[in-house]
Amino acid sequence: MAATASPAPELRRKQLRERLRILGFLSPWLVGFSVFFGYPLIATGYFSFMHYNQIEQPTFVGLRNWTYVLTQMPLFGPALWNTLWLVVVMVALRVVFGLGIGLLITKVKSGAGFFRTAFYLPYLAPPVAATVAFVFLLNPSTGPVNEILGALGIPAPEWFNDPTWAKPSLVLLSLWGIGDLMVIFMAALLDVPKEQYEAAELDGAGAWSKFRYVTWPAITPIVLFAVVTGVVQTMQYYTQALVAGKLASGVSIGPGSVIQPGYPDHSTLTVPQLVYSLGFQNFNTGAACALSLVLFVIAMAVTTLLMRKRAGLLPADD
Amino acid sequence: MTTTTLTRRPTRARTPGTTGTPAARARRKQLLHWIAVHAIAIAAALFFLLPFVFVFLTSVMSDDQAMSGELWPHQWHWSNYAAVFTTPGFLDWWKNSLLYAGLGTLFTVCSAIPVAYALARFRFRGRRTAMVLVISTMMLPPQVVVIPMYLVWAQQLHLTGSIWPLVVPMAFGDAYSIFLLRQFLLTIPQEYVESAKVDGCGELSTLLRIIVPMARPGIAAIALFQFFYCWNDYFGPQIYTAQNPAAWTLSYGLESFKTAHNVNWNLTMAATVLVMAPVIVVFFFAQKAFVEGVTLTGVKG
Repeated sequence: MAATASPAPELRRKQLRERLRILGFLSPWLVGFSVFFGYPLIATGYFSFMHYNQIEQPTFVGLRNWTYVLTQMPLFGPALWNTLWLVVVMVALRVVFGLGIGLLITKVKSGAGFFRTAFYLPYLAPPVAATVAFVFLLNPSTGPVNEILGALGIPAPEWFNDPTWAKPSLVLLSLWGIGDLMVIFMAALLDVPKEQYEAAELDGAGAWSKFRYVTWPAITPIVLFAVVTGVVQTMQYYTQALVAGKLASGVSIGPGSVIQPGYPDHSTLTVPQLVYSLGFQNFNTGAACALSLVLFVIAMAVTTLLMRKRAGLLPADD
Repeated sequence: MTTTTLTRRPTRARTPGTTGTPAARARRKQLLHWIAVHAIAIAAALFFLLPFVFVFLTSVMSDDQAMSGELWPHQWHWSNYAAVFTTPGFLDWWKNSLLYAGLGTLFTVCSAIPVAYALARFRFRGRRTAMVLVISTMMLPPQVVVIPMYLVWAQQLHLTGSIWPLVVPMAFGDAYSIFLLRQFLLTIPQEYVESAKVDGCGELSTLLRIIVPMARPGIAAIALFQFFYCWNDYFGPQIYTAQNPAAWTLSYGLESFKTAHNVNWNLTMAATVLVMAPVIVVFFFAQKAFVEGVTLTGVKG
């Protein structure tokens, strides 16, 4: 009846119902996105132009927080440098090491199950626990690592207590937890068609040329994926650096006491830690918000790169 | 093709000058290769496993020996573990971690299923934008938006010092879980949905009765990842529970445990073992779901 009388409103009603249904399914995320992401992002922008110590009313100060963060704050330089250092060194070494371990595990014939589990297990260790363990293992005076190095007559560094060795120690910790990359690379390597290797062997290709001309082209998308997600993760690098710095400093801290992150000599201070320190230790809300927007812009730039088809995160059908 | 490969390969074996028949030479080369690969694998296994071994051995040493730098315990002090458990607060932290991880996982799964389903199944305007926004929030450092959020929880809702600021947001969709589950749902053939519709199922009952049972591996994977995320989280508890030690979680409490027992590495290591143990036990029981999840993150949809 209705269909013959007026097809258009019927159709429109159906479309409206369909749209409402989609909205219904999406509603948890729509609410979550606006409340826990949209609002705080706008509020961060607002506070970045305010002087606010979380007690008195915020007062407008124009660009003062921004000029302070970008040009005057002494710790911004080291924090940015450390973050970039970690992004470059840690990501590069993790990808190379993860690829190596992935290759190794595909070559192992006996006890493959044991080795796979052994290589994967450290990735599961909670970051704080893994960091506490490494601060103990690499403890300069009583740690087992320096004990063994000493017995072998190898000069042992001070690891987390030496500004030049603190970041490499964090890299070592991150290489220990290589399990995630190992699994991804292992899956990619097993996907390379066997016939291609056989054909290359026929042409007299050695191990290196087989890797260079067969393996590498097949796994570059996964390598790219590992690099980009690694960069994103490392820009957020926080827990391990903060915990390692605090514990290695040996300062006794009770709840509520303030110890500035970055021990030794700001060598482990990263941008996210600086946001925390500004906002929650110095109660300089305005500067903390300006700095977190700087972090936001950098993160967004990398994410935009990631959205490119080649990085393979956004599915092709979209 | 295959036959030529098989017949030609031995004649192709080069490196003249070594003794023995080509077959023997090939076997020797294979053996050397086997030895080299397994030697490297054993060295790597030592690198990955020795830290666990040292941590465990130190956790059963006496107070004095733990400071000595010796590697093997003279006497096995299992009582260290009892001492950790009776440390004031430690059981609270366990309870809070379980509550955070349990509720967080439950909330995340319940909220992620409908959203992931809508993003995988319906074609609508703004779908691509929604995906881009989901991935963007996934990539965002949590520090970027934490200050205004903290102010809301502390000044308006007065809920800091509890785990509620950590778990409530998870009832409103976690970007990572949505993304992962959507990738999984895309692999379910559309025909199942169509035939359910023919049978007169509405969208909601199609989702609950057809999709959810089929997506069980994907749901298990996001549940596991979320459980681990909550268990391991340090930043969240640091921001929202720091003022109230009774609300700390294990990951946050462990650090203060070390500072409180500054000289007692043995107790700290015992506590470390107790923080690591649950995740590793969960892993061994749920290995399949885990591998599923890891491949989902790595492989493009």
